[in-house]
Amino acid sequence: MRWSRIRAVVRRDLTVALGSKAVVLPALIVPLVLLVVLPAGVGLAPRFVDAASFGDIEQVLAALPASVIAGLPSDPLLQAAVVTVTYLLSPLVLLVPVMLATVIAADGIAGEQERRTLEGVLLTPLTDRELAVAKLLAAWVPAVVLGVAGAALYAVTANLTVGTQLGEPLLPTVEFAVLVLWVGPTITAAALGAVSLISVRSKTTQEAFQLGGLVILPVVALIIGQATGALLLSVWLLAVAGLVAAALAVGLVTAAARALARPRLGPRLG
Amino acid sequence: MPADPSSPPAAPRFAARPSEVPSAGIALRLEGVVRRFGDVTALDHFTLRVARGEVVGLLGHNGAGKTTTVRLLAGLLAPDDGSVAVHGIDPLLDGSGVRQRLGVLPARPVVDDRLTGTQNLAFAGAVFGLPAALIAERAAELLATFGLTDRGDARVGGYSTGMRQRLSLARVLVSDPDVLLLDEPTAALDPVAARQVRRTLGSLAREAERTVVICTHDLAEAEALCDRVVVLAQGRTIAEGSPAELAGAHGSGGLHLEVSGDSTERAMALVRDPAVAGELGVERPAVEVVEPGRLRVRGVARDAVPILIRMLLEAGVELFEVRRETPTLEEVYLALHGEVPDEEERA
Repeated sequence: MRWSRIRAVVRRDLTVALGSKAVVLPALIVPLVLLVVLPAGVGLAPRFVDAASFGDIEQVLAALPASVIAGLPSDPLLQAAVVTVTYLLSPLVLLVPVMLATVIAADGIAGEQERRTLEGVLLTPLTDRELAVAKLLAAWVPAVVLGVAGAALYAVTANLTVGTQLGEPLLPTVEFAVLVLWVGPTITAAALGAVSLISVRSKTTQEAFQLGGLVILPVVALIIGQATGALLLSVWLLAVAGLVAAALAVGLVTAAARALARPRLGPRLG
Repeated sequence: MPADPSSPPAAPRFAARPSEVPSAGIALRLEGVVRRFGDVTALDHFTLRVARGEVVGLLGHNGAGKTTTVRLLAGLLAPDDGSVAVHGIDPLLDGSGVRQRLGVLPARPVVDDRLTGTQNLAFAGAVFGLPAALIAERAAELLATFGLTDRGDARVGGYSTGMRQRLSLARVLVSDPDVLLLDEPTAALDPVAARQVRRTLGSLAREAERTVVICTHDLAEAEALCDRVVVLAQGRTIAEGSPAELAGAHGSGGLHLEVSGDSTERAMALVRDPAVAGELGVERPAVEVVEPGRLRVRGVARDAVPILIRMLLEAGVELFEVRRETPTLEEVYLALHGEVPDEEERA
């Protein structure tokens, strides 16, 4: 593999993606809302609202280990804010890289077919493997980098709003670090493989966005599981979730790489 | 500054072909290629050999198999049967190596609207492995050649169709390929831009001894640029040769006779005489009076022209001039497809 060719495609795909509002706006707005506005609202809420506004977090509290409950503040409002920011909302950091990978891959694969620029790429000396690696990296690397940056922003927001009231930083916990640095990249890779397969078969970027949006469902399931206390994300559970995502990613990315090859793409050029 | 369309465009000054590459030999080869898309047979036992440095035109209606031929040579498609080779290499075995030597202009412009003209050329150069300094130099030169210098930093989304096509062609040339496969290179251009591109292509082909295949509907273009023309229909070759050879073999042409005004009727009667037609070896030549003293005769073979002249002179016709008109490639093409241009089209 010639990495200079791969770098050329990655650089081009990112420049092209940054030229589209359909890519840039979700990449800016979604992390801002999910990872800054939402935790800031929750963190500041104990200063302005009553305990009832937090709803029922008894299920979550009941699922927490005694050692964690012992460390919670006695103020019910602050206790609710800590639990919400640390446990209920933290899986949101997975949404950002998955969504970004979906948007960039759909634009870089289905969008390229729709704009009829794919043939120009296929006519270059890129090998099929280099093409697949380039297309996948062009979506995965920025999605993971921005996902980690978004998680850092989330931690800073949580610490500035809730942590200052506690007198100590809340995040990162070990669970949070595993979530961001292990589950995030692997689940993003799995989602990317799925979206790439969908995008190769899609006629338009819009179609790829819509079908590709389904890949966030596992992340949503994790969030619901955490919120209801049914699936509390311990370090071990997160490690296993990451392993499952990694195994899925290997299968899906391999299938996507096979689909992103001239024998499959050439006859579809029209 | 955009290039002045009235001045002859300068071809980009790229490296001369490596001396070890012989001018003889086959650059492109398709042998008995069959390629089907579902029930449609795009190429049907198609054979094409293009010598190094040769400029070949592929002529044919839409769906004749021209684009499929280009995609097979570039390794984007696999043949269902037969073999394909570029400089002796099968594109399916070493597609990257083959494409490194190819410059392919697809039928539709493939430049990216969200990039600037310069960025499009820079991507092409980088993916072909050129150093950054050389890419910058060639990009500037090509933008100037195609009259796009002042729009090089503008996004291609704001370009006209013709500008996109010119940029696509510039993109193809960034890597200085020794084989050019051009699918309808002037289809989207206005006449002035098309003439400019034709001149540039002609210079590029001749100066650097490139092998060039041009798929085109434009018969004047093929006539002007190509050493050899291959006419395709339904995936098969129906005629092949230089434009002159095709004209000789497939064009009926016509014969212009200039006679004295008094001789016009006598010449008409003689040509229409069935006995004379028999001597000329034709069933009945068509003759018309273009204007008094000027006749146009069709259906007389080249070999029969001296016989006709002798008979006219023996009949006392005052003959001032005999001129055989050369059929255009368009007439040949239409004849090959069973269509004859009417007098209005001919005019």
